[in-house]
Amino acid sequence: MNVWNPSCENMSTEKMRQLQSKNLINTVKRVYHNVPFYRDKMQKAGLVPEDITSIEDLSKLPFTYKQDLRDNYPYGLFAAPMSEIVRIHASSGTTGKQTVVGYTRNDITVWSEVMARTLAAAGATKDSFIQVAYGYGLFTGGLGVHYGAEYLGASVIPISGGNTQRQIQIMKDFGTNVLACTPSYALFLSETLDEMGIGPQDLKLRAGVFGAEPWSDNMRKEIENKLGILAIDIYGLSEVIGPGVAYECECQNGMHIPEDHFYPEIIDPETGKVLPAGEKGELVFTTITKEGLPLIRYRTRDISALTYGKCDCGRTLVKMERVSGRTDDMLIIRGVNVFPSQIESVLLDIGETAPHYLLIVDRVGTLDTLEVQVEISDKLFSDEVKRLEELEGRIKDKIESTLGISAKIRLVEPKTIARSEGKAKRVIDKRNV
Amino acid sequence: MLVKQISVFLENKSGRLAEVTEILGREGIDISALSIADTTDFGILRLIVNEPELAEKVLKDNSFTVSRTNVIAISVVDEPGGLAAALKILGSASIGIEYMYAFVGKETNKALVILRVEEPERAAEVLDKNNILVLPAERVYEL
Repeated sequence: MNVWNPSCENMSTEKMRQLQSKNLINTVKRVYHNVPFYRDKMQKAGLVPEDITSIEDLSKLPFTYKQDLRDNYPYGLFAAPMSEIVRIHASSGTTGKQTVVGYTRNDITVWSEVMARTLAAAGATKDSFIQVAYGYGLFTGGLGVHYGAEYLGASVIPISGGNTQRQIQIMKDFGTNVLACTPSYALFLSETLDEMGIGPQDLKLRAGVFGAEPWSDNMRKEIENKLGILAIDIYGLSEVIGPGVAYECECQNGMHIPEDHFYPEIIDPETGKVLPAGEKGELVFTTITKEGLPLIRYRTRDISALTYGKCDCGRTLVKMERVSGRTDDMLIIRGVNVFPSQIESVLLDIGETAPHYLLIVDRVGTLDTLEVQVEISDKLFSDEVKRLEELEGRIKDKIESTLGISAKIRLVEPKTIARSEGKAKRVIDKRNV
Repeated sequence: MLVKQISVFLENKSGRLAEVTEILGREGIDISALSIADTTDFGILRLIVNEPELAEKVLKDNSFTVSRTNVIAISVVDEPGGLAAALKILGSASIGIEYMYAFVGKETNKALVILRVEEPERAAEVLDKNNILVLPAERVYEL
C-alpha cells in the first residue's frame, strides 16, 4: 500500500471535519473580501462570512456555475492579486467560451501534492520513471501530472501527446514504469505495440494513470491485459485544479477525493438539495485551500455518488464513483431523473455493443411517456417474431428496474436514427411545459 | 437439403416492402417464396430467392438488417390430409415447428411448403425416411 501522505489521506473523520471547517472559513473570508462576484452573491443571500462557522454551514452558500466563470472572463473570479499568480491555464472551451484558471505558488504546491498522491496510489515512487503523454500547454493534464511526478521525486519523461512510434521507443529505451495519458490513447498505444510485435515483457511498464475522458470497465480490462499493467482511473477538472481532484487506489472501486483540499457534495440538480451518501446526483466541489481561483459550491454537471468509510487501502478519504453522465443531458420523466447514459448502459448489457437509440419523451394528458427506439443490429435480429418480442421485453424490464419508470420499446431499422457530426442526438422531447 | 432463407427486418411504414423487392429486382434476384410476420410496430419479411448470398449482401449494402436461416422445403401431395401426413412425422419425432408457409408451386398436384423447424437437418432426414419429398436447395432456388 503506497500512500503518499498518510497523515492527510488516512486522517480520522473527526480531524478531517475540523480541518475542513477551518479551511472553509478562511476561503469564505478570502472570496468575500477579494471577489466582488462572491460578495454580491452572499449579500443577496443575506450572508456574511461570520455565518459560516463550520463545514456544516456550507449548504447555506449559493452555487457557482461554469457560466459565472465565462461571465467574469478572464480574471474576474481570481481571489489573489495578479502579482501572486504564477500560472494560467484555460479549458478547451468545447462547450462555449474558454474558462481561465490561475494558480498562486501555493496552489501549484497543492496541485503537486494531490498529483503526487494520485501517482503514489498507482504504485509510483521516487524510483519510478513516469512518462507524461498528456498534452502540455493551456490544458492542465500535462503540467499537472508533471509537477506531481517531480514532487514525488520520480524521473519525469515530459514527452507530451502524439508521435506514437516515438512514445513507444522511449517507453522501451528509458524504462518507463508509469504511463499518464487518456484511456483512448493508452488503448491506441497498446494496439500499436501489438503491431510492432512488442509485448509487455519487453517493457518495464507497471501502471497507468488514465483520465480526462469517460471510459468503461471493458476498456480498462483491455488496456490492462494488453499492456500488462494496473490501470488507474483519475478525475479532474481545470476549474477545481486540473488532474488530481480524485484518484483510484489499487482497490479500483471508486476514486478518493483529497477532501482536505476539495470538499465534495452530491446534490439533486433540480432542487439543489444535498443528497445522502450513496445517492446519484450532481457532483459539486468547494475548494478550501486554493488562493488564485477558489470556487464555492461549483456545479461540475457530472453525475456521480459518494461513499464514505475506510477503504481497504487504508485511506479514509471519501470516494466518488465513476462519472455516469452529465446533468446537461438529464431528463425528468414522471418526476424521475433520467440520463441517456443509463439507457445506453442497459443496451450495452443486452448486446455486446450499444446500438443506436433515441429517446422520445411526450406527454399524453397529464402523463409523461417515454419511448425508446432501438436500431436493430444483425446481431440482435432474429427471423422469429417471438425472439424480437422477447428482446423488447428484456430491454423494457431492464430499463424499468434500472430507472424505475416504464418505457415503450420500439425496434427500428438501422440508420433511421439521425446521425449528426460528433455527438449523436439521443433525445426528442415533445412535451410543451 | 437445407434451403437458405433470407429474413429482413421491416418497420411498419409504407413503401418498405416495395423497396426491398425493387432492390432485389434491380440485381436480377428472383423471389420464389415469401411470407411476412408482423406485429404492430415491425414485420419480418422472409424470402426464398435464387441467390441468397447476393440477396443478403445487396440488402445489407442498402442498410437493411438481414439474417440467414436454414429452412427445409417439402413437396406434399395436393389433396386433403397431404400436409397433415408430413406434420405428423415431425410431431412423432418431437421436432417443433417455429413457422411455415406455402409456396408458389409450379408442380402439378403437388403443394410446396417451407418449414422453419428447431432441428432442420434431423427434420429433413426424418421426413425423407418417411417418403416425404424434401426438395434439394438447388431445385428450390430454381423455382
